[in-house]
Amino acid sequence: MTPPASTVAGAATPATPASQSPAATTPGAARAATGRGGLALFGLFVVAMLVLPHVGAYPVFLMKVLCFALFACAFNLLIGYVGLLSFGHAMFFGFAAYVTGYTVKAWGWSPEVGILAGTATAAAMGLVAGAIAIRRQGIYFAMVTLALAQMVFFFCLQAPFTGGEDGIQSIPRRALFGVIDLKNDMTMYHVVLAIFLIGFVVIYRTINSPFGQVLKAIRENEPRAISLGYPVDRYKLLAFVLSAALAGLAGATKSLVFQLASLTDVTWQMSGEVVLMTLVGGMGTVFGPVVGAAVIITMQNYLAGMGEWVLVIQGVIFVVVVMLFRRGIVGEIAARLRRG
Amino acid sequence: MFELLGIPPQAFFGQLLLGLINGAFYAMLSLGLAVIFGLLNVINFTHGAQYMMGAFGAWMLLTWLGLPFWVALVVVPILIGAFGMVLERALLRHLYHLDHLYGLLLTFGLALIIEGLYRQQFGSSGQPYVNPMPGGTNLGFMFLPHYRAFIIVFSLVVCVATWYMIERTKLGSYLRAATERPDLVQAFGINVPRMITLTYGFGVGLAALAGVLAAPAYQVSPPMGSNLIIVVFAVVVIGGMGSIMGSILTGFGLGVIEGLTKVFYPEASSTVIFVIMAIVLMIKPAGLFGKQK
Repeated sequence: MTPPASTVAGAATPATPASQSPAATTPGAARAATGRGGLALFGLFVVAMLVLPHVGAYPVFLMKVLCFALFACAFNLLIGYVGLLSFGHAMFFGFAAYVTGYTVKAWGWSPEVGILAGTATAAAMGLVAGAIAIRRQGIYFAMVTLALAQMVFFFCLQAPFTGGEDGIQSIPRRALFGVIDLKNDMTMYHVVLAIFLIGFVVIYRTINSPFGQVLKAIRENEPRAISLGYPVDRYKLLAFVLSAALAGLAGATKSLVFQLASLTDVTWQMSGEVVLMTLVGGMGTVFGPVVGAAVIITMQNYLAGMGEWVLVIQGVIFVVVVMLFRRGIVGEIAARLRRG
Repeated sequence: MFELLGIPPQAFFGQLLLGLINGAFYAMLSLGLAVIFGLLNVINFTHGAQYMMGAFGAWMLLTWLGLPFWVALVVVPILIGAFGMVLERALLRHLYHLDHLYGLLLTFGLALIIEGLYRQQFGSSGQPYVNPMPGGTNLGFMFLPHYRAFIIVFSLVVCVATWYMIERTKLGSYLRAATERPDLVQAFGINVPRMITLTYGFGVGLAALAGVLAAPAYQVSPPMGSNLIIVVFAVVVIGGMGSIMGSILTGFGLGVIEGLTKVFYPEASSTVIFVIMAIVLMIKPAGLFGKQK
């Protein structure tokens, strides 16, 4: 028996105090962003992204932001809407980059098939990792995903096809669908923007579907969702696979942008970075991860010459956000708007 | 028998010994994590960084002040334990009423800060530390360096003493009671917030103690903590954080299994613990010694 989703979402919200779940600190933010204002904001964002490279913004930088924004959005789907903190998302991002890089470079696959292969591999990994990780909740879930990602890291370190410390370099940018020339950075940029928008819309549609409502119900009160007859584990697993696939799509795209797939993308530091981006932007908000990715990537760009201080500053941001701005940038703004 | 398998006994026992030593560190670190988690409900991501600080503390005392290993073994855990208590009072304390994940995120941030500062100061390569117990004994089938034997014996003593303190003393009974029902224990007139601070300090001190112990055995380097802590997380998941003895046994056991994997199938030695974790999660999700809520 499956009751209609709308009743579930309504019934499940008041059961847990808002401070219990990380994402629940911004209960109205997601709603605010899904309304008409959200649509206008989304339109504004698309226009801005189309204009920016023509007014002097460096397309490679923008592509990097878009790849990480998609990565963070995929991560946010889990922490923001299911309440699962994955500390191992780099395994999907980084491994998909390897798969795309290898199939395109060594086997001569076309970019679209390469990206598809990377994404599909990430989804398959998500199925396996998810099936293992969702057997534990909360803090254990974070530790299990971290450990699984570390296993993938060691695999990539040893496997011959990844090129070890060198990674896979100079991955060719062949013509997309045989006609669109990706060697031109501006063309590549528009392709990356299109990929990002597809991923973003998929996530947006997911969280606003009956399926997404059930996910939120699980986040707010899992025992209740179980008692209402939902196969909670299957919902969680499906969300995990979707998130892994989109993280893989981001990684696969990134490997074509930079023509490089390397160990950096599968490290625990990378898993930590995507957590930081989402936290800074606002967990459980639609635009938060995008803003967070832009902020962190910009910061890394400016601090590139400062060596290990980047690590220290990222740590300080973690501490400051957790202690003082748990809603993140977008979450805080949404809260201000509601109050004012 | 070993020749039959194509492995000389020296290599076999050598790896077994290395496995036991790794296991000693897994046990001490997962013990500290379990004690902290029990009372604070925080997974202390900073644990690895605090272990690294312990190793560097010993190195600094020796290199800058000329103080020997044995002084460091006592002084460093106390200093870093005190540093931990400051962190708890200043930061962690304010997050207890929130989702536990925030504690994880905070301690992750702290770990980045500490590791970044040490990398900035010392680079990411290792600093050597003079072996305080040179020499060894030939046991016939293998050569046993004295310091390695000391690590195993000393860590066993520390683990058993911790187990005794928590499971068999009055103080430990307060701690266990506060783990179950902090509000009730507080109502009996015990200062639970202070107990939480001291417990965190104790757990951190244990990590620092492991760090001092590791200084002569491994290279003292800033990334040493973060590399280790992820494996220790897997150890904790395998053992389940339900019992103190469980953490100790799991730590040593997995160290030995990892050591033996190095003998029989070296390619898998860095991943074997994670594979075991996956298998244990499929069969017994709460961990070997854990209680399913």
